[in-house]
Amino acid sequence: MPTPYPALLVAGFRRFSTYRAATAAGALTNTVFGAVKAAVLVGTVAAAGGSVSGYGAAQAATFAWVTQALLAPVAVFADDELAQRVRTGDVAVDLARPVDLQLAAWADDLGRAAYTVLPRGLPPLAVGALTTGLALPGRVDGYLLAVVALALGVSISFGCRHLVNLSAFWLTDVRGLTTLYTVVATVLTGLSVPVGWFPPWLAVLAAATPFPSMLQAPVDVLTGRVAGAEALRVLATQVAWLGAVLLLGRVVLARGSRRLVVQGG
Amino acid sequence: MTRRTSPEVVLEVRDLVRDYVVRRPVGRFRRERRVVRAVDGLSLQVRAGEAVGFIGANGAGKSTTVKLLTGVLVPTSGTVRTCGLEPSRQRRELARRIGVVFGQRSQLWWDLPLAESFRLLAAIHRLPRPAWEPRLADLVDRLDLGGFLTTPVRQLSLGQRMRGEVAAALLHSPGVLLLDEPTIGLDVLASERLRRFLRSEREEHGTTLLLTTHDMGDVQRLCDRVLVVDGGRLAYDGDLPGLARRVGAQRVLVVDLAAPGPPLHVEGATVLAVEGDGLRQRLAFSPERTTAAEVLARVAAVADVRDLSVEEPDVADVVRQLYAAAAQEQRRAGDRES
Repeated sequence: MPTPYPALLVAGFRRFSTYRAATAAGALTNTVFGAVKAAVLVGTVAAAGGSVSGYGAAQAATFAWVTQALLAPVAVFADDELAQRVRTGDVAVDLARPVDLQLAAWADDLGRAAYTVLPRGLPPLAVGALTTGLALPGRVDGYLLAVVALALGVSISFGCRHLVNLSAFWLTDVRGLTTLYTVVATVLTGLSVPVGWFPPWLAVLAAATPFPSMLQAPVDVLTGRVAGAEALRVLATQVAWLGAVLLLGRVVLARGSRRLVVQGG
Repeated sequence: MTRRTSPEVVLEVRDLVRDYVVRRPVGRFRRERRVVRAVDGLSLQVRAGEAVGFIGANGAGKSTTVKLLTGVLVPTSGTVRTCGLEPSRQRRELARRIGVVFGQRSQLWWDLPLAESFRLLAAIHRLPRPAWEPRLADLVDRLDLGGFLTTPVRQLSLGQRMRGEVAAALLHSPGVLLLDEPTIGLDVLASERLRRFLRSEREEHGTTLLLTTHDMGDVQRLCDRVLVVDGGRLAYDGDLPGLARRVGAQRVLVVDLAAPGPPLHVEGATVLAVEGDGLRQRLAFSPERTTAAEVLARVAAVADVRDLSVEEPDVADVVRQLYAAAAQEQRRAGDRES
């Protein structure tokens, strides 16, 4: 008996690959914002005398481009696909299938992420390499760990976005929550400035959330900021957060689906 | 009449209740909590191989019952058994044994070619390739899907998509097929084609059918048993002629005549309406007492018929009449007692 989840992952990949124009527009936006972010971060480093929390000008620019490249695969901003299905009742179709709803959605999201890696990731990196240059370690084992860290980051992001969407079982409108999530995630994932630059109070707050594990963690591993045993510790933290958000997601899904109301068809 | 051992009960519902809690804003901050009872003490049984039409007005509780039978919704109270399983607790196990079509929703992958949905559903049902490929070939052939297998689902016409939906629900060869308004929005030809397929599927595989519908044509051509639900309760359980007898449901023969004429008073029919000086006349007749052909023959004997159509009794009308009849019986019983 083959398991259905790899096929669902492929379907997620293919589903998103049908939106070519949206992908191109997204890549352009990511790249433009990458240029702005690189300029601001490099300017900040210069104003601080050439280094901020271990980031020199080259590291700051690299951070800006790499975060922009991974923004789409990690999906820092919340979507509302499942919430809409709950609101309209289309989730009835999902529930009438012999699959685990959470695993199916996770597989679909990994497929989505896998599709976005190249078309959304390469343009900002290419422009970065041509303009400011990229300070990457160029060690194969580091890149392999980075792939694992990215897959974990995507999965943690999925788990959290899934939770936001599951709130639709209780709320009639999740837009307020998705907006709040996106604002918080933009800061705490390290998308705007490196988590290492946070003032102490914000660093403590961020460390108590899964957000740094989504983006800052894979970026740190990819750029060689953490390596060896330290990198493995980062991965272990990611695994712990993944377990926590998936477990919480299962509890919330089980409780939410018992409250499901589907009226009209 | 001796009865052979009855087939097993595949759908069983007892004293089923499902409430919806509806919250409505009142003023700026307060919200009013209102409980709507969609299913109200429903009990029914369907045996393997039966074809049952589940009819009732909008909001009568049909779709909710189907979702309770599939385990998508959890009952407020009462029991549901589908294929011997408790749907809401064994939802995934049950999903392997039943097929479901929600006529107003799609189980196909919107952005991908239709064929891709079938491959995914085969994976979801964990069907090995030698099992699903011949089955799909058979469904493609009988539902005539060959022409649009490579078309993305979002580009299909409603008729094409609905055939795709039915194939999707049957790919894993379930013993029970639940159809929630499968012909909604389809034109006459498309729904007739779907009904023909469902009849053949039932003949070949003995599939149990439960379908909710607003279309009496579905019930007449597909079902040997009718359940009428109203206000979340069962109002009638029996065959269609019995239902028509109970409420005296009449069919209407509409004739367009070659020349204007007086109202056509023929045996076995009553004139309901005359339009255009008698160019179009609507004659009601009881299918229990006569047939459309007989009425037409009598009309043709006295007038030159240019065109005709037969209108089926409307489900909503039938249900209304059913209730009026029940209320009348109650009044009569009350009179006798006093």
